Amino acid sequence: MKQVDVVIIGGGPAGLAAAIQLYQKGVTNILILEREKKLGGILRQCIHDGFGLTRFGETLSGPEYASRFVRQVEELKIPYLTDTTVLELTRERMVYASSAVHGFLEIQAKAVVLAMGCRERTRGAISIPGTRPSGVYTAGVAQAYINLKNKMVGKEVIILGSGDIGMIMARRMTLEGAHVQGVFEIQPYPSGLPRNIEQCLHDYQIPLYLSHSVTEIKGTDRLESVVISQVDEHLNPIPGTEKEYPCDTLILSVGLIPENELTWMAGAREDQGTKGAAVDEFYQTTVPGIFAAGNVLHVHDLVDFVSLEAERLADGAARFVQEGDLPGSGLKVQGDGMVGQLVPTRFSGQEDVTVSFRVRRPVKNCTIMICQGEKTVKQVKRAKALPAEMIQIPLRAADLKQEGDLEVKVVW
Amino acid sequence: MVREFTCIMCPQGCDIRVELAEDQGKNGKILQISGNKCPKGKEYVTQEIINPVRNIATSILVEGGELPLASVRLTKPVPKARIFDVMAEIRRIHVPAPVMEGEIVIHDCLGLGSDVMVTKTVEKENSRSL
Repeated sequence: MKQVDVVIIGGGPAGLAAAIQLYQKGVTNILILEREKKLGGILRQCIHDGFGLTRFGETLSGPEYASRFVRQVEELKIPYLTDTTVLELTRERMVYASSAVHGFLEIQAKAVVLAMGCRERTRGAISIPGTRPSGVYTAGVAQAYINLKNKMVGKEVIILGSGDIGMIMARRMTLEGAHVQGVFEIQPYPSGLPRNIEQCLHDYQIPLYLSHSVTEIKGTDRLESVVISQVDEHLNPIPGTEKEYPCDTLILSVGLIPENELTWMAGAREDQGTKGAAVDEFYQTTVPGIFAAGNVLHVHDLVDFVSLEAERLADGAARFVQEGDLPGSGLKVQGDGMVGQLVPTRFSGQEDVTVSFRVRRPVKNCTIMICQGEKTVKQVKRAKALPAEMIQIPLRAADLKQEGDLEVKVVW
Repeated sequence: MVREFTCIMCPQGCDIRVELAEDQGKNGKILQISGNKCPKGKEYVTQEIINPVRNIATSILVEGGELPLASVRLTKPVPKARIFDVMAEIRRIHVPAPVMEGEIVIHDCLGLGSDVMVTKTVEKENSRSL
């Protein structure tokens, strides 16, 4: 049995940033476990640019963004294993993994960093009726085929869901010669960022239809057409609005879900809002010594925020390893009806806290208020707030008290 | 005349409003720009009005590599109207592995002043590069 200070599960942006920051905080006996052949995670297939503006002040492609961290991991000689899948994680921080080179591994860690990222919702998750032909892909799978495997997935394309990856694939497939007929979104507002609507759809004259959804899939071997209907305010299809679109490819960009099998195996409690672990301001789950950051905790829209969050996690995890404990986080963080996907869910009142959340629907000219009891800790005005955009608000320990829950409110 | 833009320079995506003087039905002088939170927004809309430019990302074929493709991007944006011409140029390129991040595979693509740069290192197929 191997013993290390910190095992990091996942060598994507969160895991890499956490590893480097831990190392710089003096915790050097660490091990990154990555199931793919290379470090870098999903960024390896995100070849478009726009990454890094916050973290590095310049715009990079996904692979370049990842390689900045990978290079640092190599320079610091931080140990990692690729082709290694973690099979089990216990509450006592025992990690069992299977490695292509080293076989079965048993590792006892003082702390574990969960950085497994997220996975895509599939056709099954949204229950589209119809036949089961080939030609139906999630956006990330289509992206992997095109950008990693050199396999074009289709020619006549319909995209369901206006998530960022779906819009980015609309542009990518257009550049590769496919005809993208449109992006159809069930909600009355887009789920991706405004800049992607502009540069991925408008630039290529790809129409975006809001309040529309696919209600039937047709085809025997290969997809032949989809039926699209308008939906009402309860998202139910409106009879009589059906329209059939001949196509050979349906791309689904209908949401991401944190990938948390190991988290639940270790006994950490789930947060219903994020579908990730419930954490405190140190990104510690309800199991002491097990931490989570990045998309495994809550789905981000920007990788820069993933890296920054993982670096904050590393500060807490390093303290846990070096001091054996962290301040107890007995106070709650709660949001009003407009606030979704709130992180963290509890805090100590003794340390800085970064509050992250998304608004549940678009609002203009709003004020975000963060209060502890009677006191307004912070107040931020915004010209617009969109569900597509994660809002992050840093709070300083000096402004917090050691009693009283935090409440996050959006008023307009 | 008023034109509205969504800035694409950063994820904030500012809604920018531009007032233009009308000049025989065409865009004339910019009278006022509002809604941008930073100078990049002003640069962006000014460029959009004169001649919109975009960067593109795609990939090139790699022979004998651990992956069949290496991703590339442009070192400078090119006029929007030339994107598909640039794609056609890039599609002609194939290189033997290894290919390194930062390598320029086309200099001054189509005379547009922009290079095509590799953004992902692709090693030879059997070399173990952990």
